[in-house]
Amino acid sequence: MSTPSAYVVPASEGSLRHQHSLRFRATAALSALLKYGALVLLSGFFILPWVWMLSTSLKNPNELAIWPPIWIPNPIRWDNYISAFKQALFATYVLNTLIVALPSVIGAVLSNTLVAYGFARVRWPGRDAVFAVVLATMILPGFVTFIPLYIIFSRIGWVNTYLPLVAPAWLGNAFYIFLLRQFFMGLPQELSDAARVDGASDLGIFWRIILPLAKPAIAVVALFQFISSWNDYFGPLIYLSDKARYTISLGIANMQSTYGFMNFAWIMAATVMSVLPIVILFFFAQRTFIEGIALTGLKG
Amino acid sequence: MTVIQRSRRLSREERHSLRIGLLFISPWVIGFLAFRLIPFIMSFYYSFTFYPVLETPKWIGLDNFVQLFKDPRFLTSLYNTAYYSFFAVPLATFAGILLAMLLNMKVRGMSIWRTIFYLPSITPVVATSLVWLWMFNPRAGVINFVLSLVGIRGPGWLGSPVWAKPALILMSLWGVGGAVVIYLAALQDVPRELVEAAQLDGANVPRQIWHVTLPMISPVILFNVITGLIGAFQFFTEVHVMTGGSGSPADSTMMMSIYLWQTAFRFFKMGYASAQAWVLFVIIVIFTVIMFRVSGKLVYYGGK
Repeated sequence: MSTPSAYVVPASEGSLRHQHSLRFRATAALSALLKYGALVLLSGFFILPWVWMLSTSLKNPNELAIWPPIWIPNPIRWDNYISAFKQALFATYVLNTLIVALPSVIGAVLSNTLVAYGFARVRWPGRDAVFAVVLATMILPGFVTFIPLYIIFSRIGWVNTYLPLVAPAWLGNAFYIFLLRQFFMGLPQELSDAARVDGASDLGIFWRIILPLAKPAIAVVALFQFISSWNDYFGPLIYLSDKARYTISLGIANMQSTYGFMNFAWIMAATVMSVLPIVILFFFAQRTFIEGIALTGLKG
Repeated sequence: MTVIQRSRRLSREERHSLRIGLLFISPWVIGFLAFRLIPFIMSFYYSFTFYPVLETPKWIGLDNFVQLFKDPRFLTSLYNTAYYSFFAVPLATFAGILLAMLLNMKVRGMSIWRTIFYLPSITPVVATSLVWLWMFNPRAGVINFVLSLVGIRGPGWLGSPVWAKPALILMSLWGVGGAVVIYLAALQDVPRELVEAAQLDGANVPRQIWHVTLPMISPVILFNVITGLIGAFQFFTEVHVMTGGSGSPADSTMMMSIYLWQTAFRFFKMGYASAQAWVLFVIIVIFTVIMFRVSGKLVYYGGK
């Protein structure tokens, strides 16, 4: 009753503030819980196949079909990783894949940087119309052209060689051209102008100025091309008939169809090894991947 | 031809730059002619021919196309491809946006989450297919084991004509990470002021998402939906690996691409296969055009 009003007001204000921050903290905690809860739950779906792959690759044949499934094999059978080399041509497949992938990477970097320079840094009549054609080819499905291509390649004796898998990489890819062009257009024009004043040709500007500056974008193209060669299944499937020439993807699929479920443990070991280079590449070049991927969707 | 004609009217400088430009893009020009345009035209021609691979093509007019639409196996492949695309593409779009939005909420350990979600999308498809093939095993696979934990007796998955396609759709979601990264980049480009303005106007979170965030990233959604559809229509490797190229059981995973491959490389009917390729191509073009038309009203292209 005798409490001075001057005293009451701050107190209630204080408790109000206290309540506010409590409620704020409660909602923040709740939303964090929901956020991380959802992420952890969803991750389960993405992680499960990896666990299953590793676990299967270390199992003994009699542990494969047990219910409920065994997660940690006993004993852990590392031998499966050796069997993949002994029972099938695993090493040959890896070597073959490198024979395809490395020249493809070099070709993709060389050809697409040249082409992208022509679209980004040289002003010529009809350029934008031609670039529209480049973009339009992105929706042309490979399934429309593969029959004539196969016939052409068989006529010139390229079937059962690596040439049909490597040659196209040397002749431009719409997606890489687009990506590199975006990057080149972002480089300051003054650089080229200065070099031109000094008497440099376009080829000189391309080689000495643009390429060194474009390393991040080139890394993206090189990475994507390597992965697409490493992962390619359809190309090797239709062009390679000799088993000794199979690439890794085709080779592993062939192990499964040849040896079947009884041998699934060491086939899984081979699968793990086939994935390993990609995983390692990702860990070393995570930023390059993310930036490259992000580039593809934006300004599309 | 037009280039030459027009070049007569070009100044000397323009002609010079045209030469330089064409020189730089010549690798693409050669590739375009050799690997795109010429095969494209040849394929069109083959689609009107009877062409067993060892003989020369013989013109038969529209016969291939007439036969196609009476071919129950082709119609089945059309249905299966439509079924797969109808579920896989919207689900991937929804899951991709959802994951990207979760990751956009200032989460800690970003590189770990990104690795978890993105890595599957660059994993070799053959590896993915083999792992999932074993995961879907009805009696020893982990999928039915997880289902049994919540008291569900799992179906036969890839051995069942009813469940084989849903199995493939489920598996396809494992590769959604590439789209997540694209969506995330787009979400990070949405100006904060816009979201804050909506908050000040009293919009709750769902309305902020519906009226601000989604319209702002709509061009990226369109891009992903179109590339997703084109990919889904050509869905091949997983089915080929998991069914040994057969489209089993009972043709329930017989996709257009699988039938096309069989026609060309098992039955060596190149003309008939080319006709299928052209039907596939026309379908893809029609859907791409429809997507652009429909999206004209829905997609918001910022100031630029």
